Amino acid sequence: MQRSFDIAVIGGGVVGLAILRRFAMAGLSAVLLERGADILSGASKGNSALLHTGFDAPAGSLELACMQAGYAEYIAIRDRLNLPLVKSSALVVAWSEEEGSKLGGIVAKAHANGVADVRHVAREELLRIEPQLSPAAKAAVLVPGEHIIDAWSAPLAYAHQALAHGAVILRHAEVTGGEFVNGVWTLAGKAGPVTARVVINAAGNFGDLVEAIARPSPFTITPRRGQFVVFDKPASQLVHTIILPVPAERTKGVVLFRTAFGNLAIGPTAEDVTEREVAATDTATLEKLKSRALEMVPALQGIGVNAIYAGLRPATEHKDYVIEALPGRGWITVGGIRSTGLTASLGIAQHAAGLYVTHFGALPNPVEPIWTPVPNLTEVRPRPYMQGGEIVCHCEWVTRGEIERALEGPLPAGDLGGLKRRTRAMMGRCQGFNCSAHVEAIFREKIHGAA
Amino acid sequence: MERRDAIIIGGGPAGLSAARRFSELGIAATVLEREQQAGGVPRHCGHLGFGWQSHRRIWTGPRFAAQLRADSAALDVRAGHTVLGIDGDILRVQNARGIHEMAAGKILLATGTRETPRAPRFVGGSRPRGVMTTGALQANIYLQNFAPFARPVIIGTELVSFSAILTCRHLCIRPVAMIEAKDRISAPRPGDLVAQFVYGVPVWTRTKLIAIEGRSQVEAVEIEREGSHERVACDGVIFTGEWVPEASLLVNRPKVTLAGNVHGALKTSGACWREGRAIAEKMAGELA
Ligand SMILES: Cc1cc2nc3c(=O)[nH]c(=O)nc-3n(C[C@H](O)[C@H](O)[C@H](O)COP(=O)(O)OP(=O)(O)OC[C@H]3O[C@@H](n4cnc5c(N)ncnc54)[C@H](O)[C@@H]3O)c2cc1C
Ligand SMILES: Cc1cc2nc3c(=O)[nH]c(=O)nc-3n(C[C@H](O)[C@H](O)[C@H](O)COP(=O)(O)OP(=O)(O)OC[C@H]3O[C@@H](n4cnc5c(N)ncnc54)[C@H](O)[C@@H]3O)c2cc1C
Repeated sequence: MQRSFDIAVIGGGVVGLAILRRFAMAGLSAVLLERGADILSGASKGNSALLHTGFDAPAGSLELACMQAGYAEYIAIRDRLNLPLVKSSALVVAWSEEEGSKLGGIVAKAHANGVADVRHVAREELLRIEPQLSPAAKAAVLVPGEHIIDAWSAPLAYAHQALAHGAVILRHAEVTGGEFVNGVWTLAGKAGPVTARVVINAAGNFGDLVEAIARPSPFTITPRRGQFVVFDKPASQLVHTIILPVPAERTKGVVLFRTAFGNLAIGPTAEDVTEREVAATDTATLEKLKSRALEMVPALQGIGVNAIYAGLRPATEHKDYVIEALPGRGWITVGGIRSTGLTASLGIAQHAAGLYVTHFGALPNPVEPIWTPVPNLTEVRPRPYMQGGEIVCHCEWVTRGEIERALEGPLPAGDLGGLKRRTRAMMGRCQGFNCSAHVEAIFREKIHGAA
Repeated sequence: MERRDAIIIGGGPAGLSAARRFSELGIAATVLEREQQAGGVPRHCGHLGFGWQSHRRIWTGPRFAAQLRADSAALDVRAGHTVLGIDGDILRVQNARGIHEMAAGKILLATGTRETPRAPRFVGGSRPRGVMTTGALQANIYLQNFAPFARPVIIGTELVSFSAILTCRHLCIRPVAMIEAKDRISAPRPGDLVAQFVYGVPVWTRTKLIAIEGRSQVEAVEIEREGSHERVACDGVIFTGEWVPEASLLVNRPKVTLAGNVHGALKTSGACWREGRAIAEKMAGELA
């Protein structure tokens, strides 16, 4: 196995994978080291999957710049990677007179951020767009560019494109230390030593711990947990746009949104936790989320809940992302990509490439891009079952062929979670009552060769 | 487009007995079953207790399912056919070759029922492996010969919860306890005494499951018992009962008749079998 690279990326979340893709496509030899059994084992496995315009991001921030660059690149490449875009638009809904008084400021901020099509919507128009919304709604701001994507397929596509351009992805490959000698890093860890001229720290909720390999970390991660409740498919007929709250101090607040898979979800909460890895849910919070959804859309009454989940945002004491190069140390820090990293990842990768050029040398001439379309999991693009085949997961209509393909190729699912994220098998309303034994048997057979 | 007098969605005990009755009454009926084999839930109920009402025998579920398939061998039963949606009298059907439409004079929905899994119960905690319903447990044990855990807790005390104990015993899995939030068990007594003294599984009533712990596999559950919280070590959680009809095809309120467990409360396979016959007779009268 190759052990020596130009670039080593630590962390296989959406940010690390977008960075790996960018450097591999620029012609550098690149490796990614991920501690989990599969990519997307951290923050990137549980988010809201919204593609943000940056209308409400801090003016002049690096976050805003990366979001807008990332948004533009996603739109530009998504067709060739077979990635979905549900053009839902969003409404920032005011539920009180006080919130209503803040709408003007939201429109002004959006315009200042360059999102020109954002506008005020009076109550009558609001209820025309969203007739099922509770009549308690007062007014809103319409953000036409906010969209819904598939948070798992996008990074998977970035990974496959990076692999096609010669990158290497190592899983079960936790980095535990490293030494910088004569301009070369030797990283130590579970996968054995790997050397690289430049290391990029994209370790998400472990970012400060990994940063300590290079220097005392200038940031501390306090994971911010977000819990979600996902309603069954009929619920998605009730709401068309993404329903955002008027933001409070700390976060975007609880959002009601359709998913690209045809469900309706509410979340995320914002709770500071110490646990960096396991995102747990709790009953009281889930109850609260559900009743909030019912308050917003009373017709949700009686529609079942399909899933509950939580994610951990890599939050730091800084408001903005921490992205910087350590010249002379062969290191680029990409830390604290808190709540917008899915949108911003491609933009962050552009920015990281820029830092590389400034501090570590030119990029070789880019080669002709190889496009690696991924299987589509959403109803907005053609799905395999439509062409026939044996449906194994009956709630999400996942075929045996899809499951088998997800367990083959250059980046087969590393665990059951990875298989779910690649196919959606077992993620529907029955949560595996019908198919889990079958799907898991296929997994065991393919991965371990045991019947 | 192919048109049939009657289309039955679901080839479990209710659907297959209805099909047989239709054919006896001279009606051209088709059964559409999404699994690769008809038979329904009994296919994975490896314990005894099937066949008495229909065949005056006491069989295991798989044996009963095989008999139902044999009984309908001459009928038009199409396995590997999933009904995706119903619009008026038109069904959208998926099979190995793609999606097609079929028209029906009458539609009988016999899609059965499933247990409420963890998510809608809002049980908190992490999401390790080893959490499943009885249905999934049976499929693991009887269809895949795979033991997903060794010391699970069982949530609920319906009849099916006791069949979860039997299922566990088949691969020497020893449940730690059965947990029931109410004051007394849901199944008729002396189920709790049988569980406790025959199978060695203690039944804890007035006990609520709060959260599941574990990184990769379940490591413990947090329960609330008589007001105090306890942590119970285990490596699996079986959610039993709290039946939900498999009624997603009813979403745009098509005109269909229901038979078997899709109707509501859980009935035995024999009762579903009888209901299928009775309802087919009634529908045949309407078609004539
Ligand atoms: C609740 C919630 C909702 C969100 N909603 C949205 C949204 O709607 N839109 C949007 O754009 N963004 C959203 N986000 C933000 C987005 O999910 C994150 O910004 C993004 O996932 C961060 O990606 P990352 O790659 O930086 O981190 P991660 O995904 O955490 O990746 C870091 C990876 O590094 C690995 N790692 C850690 N330490 C080591 C080590 N020592 N060696 C090797 N590997 C290591 C981890 O296992 C992990 O896989 C949301 C986030 C959350 C939590
Ligand atoms: C864990 C468990 C243990 C049980 N133990 C016993 C017992 O010991 N004794 C006993 O008598 N009964 C027992 N039962 C109950 C018995 O299995 C059921 O009463 C019986 O199977 C119900 O018959 P049914 O035809 O209504 O539904 P099912 O048997 O559930 O059949 C429904 C069929 O419809 C198919 N289907 C669903 N949707 C579609 C669609 N869209 N398109 C095509 N096909 C579709 C399904 O694949 C399935 O084959 C048990 C049930 C369970 C779940």
